[in-house]
Amino acid sequence: MRPAASLATRVPMFADRTNTIATIALGALLAYLAYAFGQWAFVHAVWRLPADAGSLPCRAARGEGACWAVVVERARFMFFGSYPPGAQWRPAVVCLLFVSVYAASVMRTFWSRWLLASWIAVSAAAVVLLRGGWLGLADVPSESWGGLPLTFLLSTVGFTLAFPVAVLLALGRRSTLPAIRTLSVVYIEVVRGVPVMTFLFMAAVMFPLFAPQGFAVDKLVRAQIAFVMVTAAYLAEVVRSGLQAIPRGQYEAAASIGLSFWPAMMLVVLPQALRVSIPPLVNTFIALFKDTSLVIVIGLFDLLGAAKAVIVDPKWVGFGAEVYLFTAAVYFGFCFVVSRFSLRLERELGRARAA
Amino acid sequence: MNEHERPESQFHVDMQAVNKWFGTLHVLRDVTLKVRRGERIVICGPSGSGKSTLIRCLNGLEAHHSGRIVVGGVELTREVKTIDQVRRRVGMVFQQFNLFPHLTVLENCTLAPIRVKKVGRKAAHDLALHYLTRVRISDQAGKYPGELSGGQQQRAAIARALCMNPEMMLFDEPTSALDPEMVKEVLNTMVSLADEGITMLCVTHEMGFARQVANRVIFIDGGRILEDNEPDTFFRAPGHERTRAFLSQVLH
Repeated sequence: MRPAASLATRVPMFADRTNTIATIALGALLAYLAYAFGQWAFVHAVWRLPADAGSLPCRAARGEGACWAVVVERARFMFFGSYPPGAQWRPAVVCLLFVSVYAASVMRTFWSRWLLASWIAVSAAAVVLLRGGWLGLADVPSESWGGLPLTFLLSTVGFTLAFPVAVLLALGRRSTLPAIRTLSVVYIEVVRGVPVMTFLFMAAVMFPLFAPQGFAVDKLVRAQIAFVMVTAAYLAEVVRSGLQAIPRGQYEAAASIGLSFWPAMMLVVLPQALRVSIPPLVNTFIALFKDTSLVIVIGLFDLLGAAKAVIVDPKWVGFGAEVYLFTAAVYFGFCFVVSRFSLRLERELGRARAA
Repeated sequence: MNEHERPESQFHVDMQAVNKWFGTLHVLRDVTLKVRRGERIVICGPSGSGKSTLIRCLNGLEAHHSGRIVVGGVELTREVKTIDQVRRRVGMVFQQFNLFPHLTVLENCTLAPIRVKKVGRKAAHDLALHYLTRVRISDQAGKYPGELSGGQQQRAAIARALCMNPEMMLFDEPTSALDPEMVKEVLNTMVSLADEGITMLCVTHEMGFARQVANRVIFIDGGRILEDNEPDTFFRAPGHERTRAFLSQVLH
């Protein structure tokens, strides 16, 4: 049995009888599941509905084939929410802007201080474009914004604004000044220890109750601030862990050539600390990207919120699996790209390592 | 002879009865040390004797608890401003090199001139290349520290310190982390520096170096300066029993 022996040494899954049986059994199960899914998702799936047929063909195929028609028909709503259909080029352009700035961030040729500026510029442009009210563009209040642009906006702006706050908090927590250190520790621990949803509720419900008369802040802005506050606390701990990885000798060398605190931080310590922190930083961004779906609790409809709104429509009741699968695929797609980006970033920066 | 000579201070370093504690450990005991401009001093002593702490007090990396330290006419206090003022004129070389790993050798050298002295980019670049040539690693200027050997890294660290045109250089065991075959190249660089008339305080166990370049050799133990003599006398007739025991261990 030479071939079997060599197979066993090469592939531990077939090393002995128990392993071989387990491998075959599990393999068969996986194959069956893949087959069943393929049958449901592709072979018997309903992609389009004839006009005026309602969802009857889909209901007929229930249990045997997926109803992708719901995704096809309601894609616009899921991507752009209840944004006026006549002006949907605006959220489309916003999505394109965000995707391009993400793409530019991946490419090393674009790495400069302009990249940071472009993140801020794109966020600002997104708000201006979605809001309208200029050059004859219809005014669209933020309550009508929804879907993917909202997800992009909340996560991008949230991360961009939370980042500098987080760096200050992390430095504050390591400060030798007791007042600054205590404030930072209290902020980080309190905010980290409270569920994000609580913050959103406070932003949406409590804040207007306690805000002075005539002092109204847009609900979206309040939600955004809540995300910034929460993300800053998480990021602060990420940055702090990066700072701890920098040997004391680096601080001393920076001091010995005459750099005072802030230049030493900005030029020597933080560039190294943030490099070490890339994986957890990206992790936090991915978490934030998905956490933005919590805005549904305060009546804003991001990508997931819009998906949920689709399946309460009587026409599409019962087709949650298709809608959720599609939404999950969109989220996964973006998060996967982001995580690939972080791996690439680590490789690119790997050359400049400590000796 | 030295254009930086300040009338208010006869000594480049003037330490008066300096004491320092790490918790309950008394690391510097009534240390009084005067160094003239251009003097080259080697400080030796057993590990934990306080020799590193002593020179780290001279650029404010460690704060002293009592006594007085005046460097180049500036008294070191807890005030950040005076410390920065001193650091700008005092270079330091560390045992572990402490180059900035995320910057190239050239960027390591130009960082402080550009950011602290506000020298132009071009001028800083030329300055860095000048000193990198002097320590004979100008061909490595574009590499990252991690791509260099230990000896090359330490020479780059010396060049980085020199780029601030310091009046004084502190060396904290600059060859202790090096493989034996690289010690020589770093010591040669330091010897050539000694010919320039720059004030040097060097913590090292390289007694050959001490003989060759030092004006004075200081032996410190238990935070106290036990011996302070010309190298000739220091090695020929050490006055203290502890010095003799120490020398018999490092010389053979």
